[in-house]
Amino acid sequence: MKSLLPLTTVLLAIFAVWYVAAVLMNASLQRDAFANAGKTDYSAAELAGASLNMERPKLPAPHQIVGELNKLVFETPPTSKRSLVYHALITLEETVIGFAIGAALGIALAVAIVSLKPLERSIMPWIVASQTVPIIALAPMIVVILNQFDIGGMTPKAVIAAYLSFFPITVGMVKGLRSPEPLQLDLMRTYSATPAQTLLKLRAPASLPFFFASLKIGAAAALVGAVVAEVTKSEDGGLGARLLAGSYYGQTVQIWAALFAAAALSATLVGAIGIAGRLTLKRMAFSP
Amino acid sequence: MNARALEDLAPPLLFGLAVLALWEMGVRLLGVPAIILPAPSAIGLRLATSIPTLTADFFQTIRGVLAGYFIGSAAGLIVAILIDRSGFLQRGLLPLGNLVSALPIVGVAPIMVMWFGFDWQSKAAVVVIMTFFPMLVNASAGLSSAGAMERDLMKTYAADYWQTLLKLRLPAALPFVFNALKINTTLAMIGAIVAEFFGTPTVGMGFRISTEVGHLSIDMVWATIVVAAVTGSAFYALVALIERRATFWHASYRAR
Repeated sequence: MKSLLPLTTVLLAIFAVWYVAAVLMNASLQRDAFANAGKTDYSAAELAGASLNMERPKLPAPHQIVGELNKLVFETPPTSKRSLVYHALITLEETVIGFAIGAALGIALAVAIVSLKPLERSIMPWIVASQTVPIIALAPMIVVILNQFDIGGMTPKAVIAAYLSFFPITVGMVKGLRSPEPLQLDLMRTYSATPAQTLLKLRAPASLPFFFASLKIGAAAALVGAVVAEVTKSEDGGLGARLLAGSYYGQTVQIWAALFAAAALSATLVGAIGIAGRLTLKRMAFSP
Repeated sequence: MNARALEDLAPPLLFGLAVLALWEMGVRLLGVPAIILPAPSAIGLRLATSIPTLTADFFQTIRGVLAGYFIGSAAGLIVAILIDRSGFLQRGLLPLGNLVSALPIVGVAPIMVMWFGFDWQSKAAVVVIMTFFPMLVNASAGLSSAGAMERDLMKTYAADYWQTLLKLRLPAALPFVFNALKINTTLAMIGAIVAEFFGTPTVGMGFRISTEVGHLSIDMVWATIVVAAVTGSAFYALVALIERRATFWHASYRAR
């Protein structure tokens, strides 16, 4: 672990900067609070200490966020609506369903594009162009459209998650399915392999590194989609709903806790795919 | 326009037109209510009749997008150059940068709105955070992309650090930098629009989308989305064009 020491140093530095920033940003608020309480004779240390433990700070200190996470994750029963686990599970479910749909669609489309020449020339430019469009702008509308068909609850958010995760997967898989070299393709031809055989026995295995790389991007995108969808349709809960509620009521500690929960969820998903990918590629003897 | 370009452009254009025609036909024949899916013609009409509103929204959003995009990308590039001299900092910061790229950063939007107020500054702040890390990671990779041969050559010229940086390593890093600049165009648009969902003065593309959805005037929502899509694509195309001019020597352009 050559990078362990630098990594811990950088993390410690970030913590230090964070604490200093928290004091600097909250001090004026805390000074007002002291003034309102009629307290005038306070030392600088007292002011700093108090500004790190405010109820609604501008920037909560790390220990406050950890405390809030501890309170909402471990000390609240997961069935309670105040528990972050409850909301994280909602978000996770939407993300996973959406991601599964998006991955299936994305791979199917990639296979179609690679197998059918005319499709590539007419659709591929649009897929690339669609990456330059802020697709997330569609999120509130998809929720409303599906509501018209009496489809509520989880489905609209899963659809948005699928929609966001599907493009990176298609683009990555098209690249992956194209990655075999001409020499290898020629070999398949000398075996008089059918296109289906070439796809299954050469292109699909060759695309695996791209497969896992694009799954990672797709999973992260699906989570962003689920969170943003929850912001636009917040009544069923989820981490996005917690973000919105926190921003309505000025509960900064709650916002940060929800944000960290979302980050942990994303890192877990991406990390799990990364481990699965590394194990698979090792077994299939891809050089790292 | 030569024949080759026409040949490249025709299939996607035909496909796009076919989709539009099918959409228009489907909406009319099946009698789909405008609340669910308006016809392209209706969206076009709405677009044409509400140009003043859409222009105001465009300028409100683009201010946050551009300010954040330039600050975030420049900061990412500068930090990449600064930490490039220290292997220690690189090993500490780059894994973090990679991690942060996978996080739902748009979530900081409510915090930035709280810190910097409802106007475009808070949107710019979200965009700065979203665009910083892709640039940091890409520019760092780019700075180490100059080959050992070229570096040795610079050494035989007795070039100092700054000369090597300016004349060899920064030019060699340009393709990576432009890659990040292209990724960042999309991220900047997304960041600004999502940040507007969390609070904004009564103007802006994200604001327009979320309020018009509430009023069920879906044609207006689509009109705004058309503007957002055209803006995003034009922004990307502009950066791609500059890339073509600036890195004409790169293999991916020479080959054509």
